Amino acid sequence: MAAVDIRGARIATLAEGVRSGKLKARDLTEAYLDRVGAVDPKLNSYLLVDGAGARLQADAIDKAVAAGEPVGPLAGVPIALKDIFVTKGLETTCASKILRGFIPPFDSTVGQRLAAAGTVMLGKLNMDEFAMGSSNENSSRGPVRNPWSLAHVPGGSSGGSAAAVAASLCAGALGTDTGGSIRQPAALCGVVGMKPTYGRVSRYGVIAFASSLDHPGPLGRTVDDVATLMEIIAGPDPRDATSIPAPVGQYRAAAKAGVAGLRLGIPAEYFGAGMDPEIDAAVKAAIDELGRAGAKVVPVSLPHTKYAIATYYLVCTAEAASNLARYDGVKYGYRAPDVRSLEELYTRTRGEGFGLEPKRRIMLGTYVLRSGYYEAYYGQALKVRRKVFDDFATAFTQCDAIVTPTSPIPAFKLGEKTADPLQMYLADVMTVAAPLAGVPALSQCCGFTKSGLPIGLQTIGPPLGEEVVFRVAGAYESRTDWHQRLPSDPVASSTAPAGGVS
Amino acid sequence: MSEPQIETSAADARLAKYEIVIGLEVHAQLSTQSKIFSWSSAAFGAEPNGATDPICLGMPGTLPVLNEAAVLAAVRLGLAVGSHIRPRCRFARKHYFYPDLPKGFQISQFDEPICEGGTVRFRVRGEQKSVRLERIHMEEDAGKNLHAAAGVSFVDYNRAGVPLCEIVSKPDVRSAEEAAEYLRALRTLVRYLGVCDGNMEEGSMRCDANVSIRLRGAEKYGTRTEIKNMNSFKNVRDAIEYEVRRQATLVDRGERVVQETRLWDASRGVTASMRSKEQAHDYRYFPEPDLPPLALSEEYLAKARASLPALPEDRFERYTAEGLSAQDASVLVTEREIADYFDATVAAGVTAKVTANVTPNVTPKKAANWVINEVLARVDDPRRLAEADLPVSAAGLAELIGLVESGTLSGKLGKDVFLRMWNERRSAGDIVAAEGLAQVSDTGSIEEACKRVIAAHPDELARYRGGEKKLLGFFVGAVMKETGGKANPKGANEILRRLLDQAN
Repeated sequence: MAAVDIRGARIATLAEGVRSGKLKARDLTEAYLDRVGAVDPKLNSYLLVDGAGARLQADAIDKAVAAGEPVGPLAGVPIALKDIFVTKGLETTCASKILRGFIPPFDSTVGQRLAAAGTVMLGKLNMDEFAMGSSNENSSRGPVRNPWSLAHVPGGSSGGSAAAVAASLCAGALGTDTGGSIRQPAALCGVVGMKPTYGRVSRYGVIAFASSLDHPGPLGRTVDDVATLMEIIAGPDPRDATSIPAPVGQYRAAAKAGVAGLRLGIPAEYFGAGMDPEIDAAVKAAIDELGRAGAKVVPVSLPHTKYAIATYYLVCTAEAASNLARYDGVKYGYRAPDVRSLEELYTRTRGEGFGLEPKRRIMLGTYVLRSGYYEAYYGQALKVRRKVFDDFATAFTQCDAIVTPTSPIPAFKLGEKTADPLQMYLADVMTVAAPLAGVPALSQCCGFTKSGLPIGLQTIGPPLGEEVVFRVAGAYESRTDWHQRLPSDPVASSTAPAGGVS
Repeated sequence: MSEPQIETSAADARLAKYEIVIGLEVHAQLSTQSKIFSWSSAAFGAEPNGATDPICLGMPGTLPVLNEAAVLAAVRLGLAVGSHIRPRCRFARKHYFYPDLPKGFQISQFDEPICEGGTVRFRVRGEQKSVRLERIHMEEDAGKNLHAAAGVSFVDYNRAGVPLCEIVSKPDVRSAEEAAEYLRALRTLVRYLGVCDGNMEEGSMRCDANVSIRLRGAEKYGTRTEIKNMNSFKNVRDAIEYEVRRQATLVDRGERVVQETRLWDASRGVTASMRSKEQAHDYRYFPEPDLPPLALSEEYLAKARASLPALPEDRFERYTAEGLSAQDASVLVTEREIADYFDATVAAGVTAKVTANVTPNVTPKKAANWVINEVLARVDDPRRLAEADLPVSAAGLAELIGLVESGTLSGKLGKDVFLRMWNERRSAGDIVAAEGLAQVSDTGSIEEACKRVIAAHPDELARYRGGEKKLLGFFVGAVMKETGGKANPKGANEILRRLLDQAN
């Protein structure tokens, strides 16, 4: 059996081990599968574990290495995908009952790129249904728990991705970020997560929630892990008409380049009332640290930030209502049994198949787009969205990157915010502006609360400014050791913060 | 809802006081190889769901990518009717639920269509008519529901994602007949451009009509109804005629026309209410976020413009100016293949004339006669005229016409030769040379034949010289017989007259 300690393992180390023949991809895969089997029943981060498929991929890598054939740069690295990425021949549900049993006939572009790079896909990760949520409590398959404290949520919607990475149940994962769904769970689980520039990473094969806001991106333990994954998944895709035809940057190199001379913008709007004091202190300490690393800290203003949440919920609900119209019981997924009319097929399939949050957003979005109200709602939201973009454009004439907290609060307890959707929506207050503007942003750990919950630091760059974001994140990480902390493995029935630092 | 009884004949007389106002929405399937946003075949006739892919099925995770061939087809159609082609247009989502609509929305265009304005020109009973267009926009077709037994339905998505142009006219059409002629003109046009096969029965061209009536001289339009489900020119005519009478009957009685969508029932010959204005869909249009706006450069448009063929109405004007009857010109322009063949025949005649330095003999009028009466009569589908293996090419026909017009072949022999060309795939020159069919114009040999004939018929000669001049015809016939039909009748005529009268 594998004598590999995979807790906290780095992607580059694993890939180097497999490529050099020192590590067997199969052993690595078995080690992760064992760990998933042992730990995940407490976390519920996986919706589907594809042991057989993973072993096949791993064996193929080992065979190629043994035969001296070329293998990909990430040969044998075990990764997992949020269940929003379609996987050929493997059930893909978006954690929704309405897609139960749906076996896609094709793979996502990013999934194909990861496979071509030699990664081994372990399985599909839990999420808020259709990526709608900030706590991963909106999953039809049960909530995910935060590896740092089983009583707390991991954030959402990519809660399974963040929790699995934090608990070393995969070396890296992909998630999607529509209003913060990569960065907020990354912050709440103490890992690194990047939402790239809109169009930088292909959306082909990513089940749509809000098309103009959906950003696929990587989550990993370290900045280098995330930069490594970004270099594989980024780049133009002829199957996505919104993908940007620009060459991919040198993200790993940028992460080592330092911040000397960079101007870091600090927007006052992100440090206002409602912020947890521990988070305020940790983020300000991080900014000081970056100053000591050679960055120049400058104040900037993003005045339309206060409209971002309202704008976001107009745009995303409108697009969601549209994107979710296809789930009608006719072609795939769930179909209500014993229906007697077309009307009943629709109403019962959708009524029984969708959870509360998708229903809420379908109703809001349908309202937003109804005839005669387009200008007042969606049209108006597009105008404000432009203002939010202009805010960033102006700020980036004064600075190279913007640094803010990722979330105003640390992980909250399961059930704490489910009663009030508006409170839940406000959890996204610091993350929604970047997807509205389409600019890249990354969250990384910059400390822990006294109770042992991670705190997230967000770095936002200009369009296609992933490299500058990685410079800031890499420089900060190199001067701190938060990223080296690991949550202790959860114990059954524990509801107290697992919190231990190892 | 009770329908008024339509008193047809009485209503006809009463119709005179109303002006009929019709606007037409025509959906033309674009003849591209693949679908508008994906790679599966857009061809008609595959087994159910045999021409689909994850994108046209609207599978989760799929994204549309615009087919450039569909854009070019729409642009060429727009240019052909003189539309303004927007330098930047956008796609929009149009939402409604129906099993044949895979995504629950149709990708269409809304506030920024690819073509705006334009005019379709055509003739109604010889009179020029033009109908202005509101717009032409691009969209994807839906699939088809197939209702098997009671309670069992299937969906065939082969048609889902086939590119469509929706051609929306202004309310410029004034009768059912005009509507049918407008449709015919559009059909001819899209076939000229090769952007659509115009087959109404197979549904590659479909038409909805917005119909209203108003008292002549009134400024305000009457309440309109939208008529759907008309899948032939005859249906369009019949349905509109019915609907106009139905509306007139209502108005005559002081009742109101209800704004609604009505379905034409061809078997019963009536339109019936499908859904009222209140039941109308709210399509909740918004810009398609998966497709960036489409930008078309001046250079692109110039290239597209250069690719346009000579258009039917332009050709009609040219042909009539060249002396063709309106009747012949109409026949020639119905299909681009006929007009092209005709033009090529005339052109080949001109080339032959220049190279052989003979007098012009293939006039447009002569060529039209041959094309219409001989060539068209022998093909089941006029589009065969474009086929390379057509038995008689345009150049071949021009050669034959030249032989007839120059007197080498008599008109009757010409037709025989044409038939042999068609059946045996030989050129006119070949047949004439091999069979010795050329008319004898050599006066010496004709004179010899005439002398033999005169010598052989002394009685007739005496009667002719006695004043029975009509016997000239007899002698001409005898000479033709003597020469096996090859003598140039005109030459034989002159020589006979000279010989018969000379000795007098």
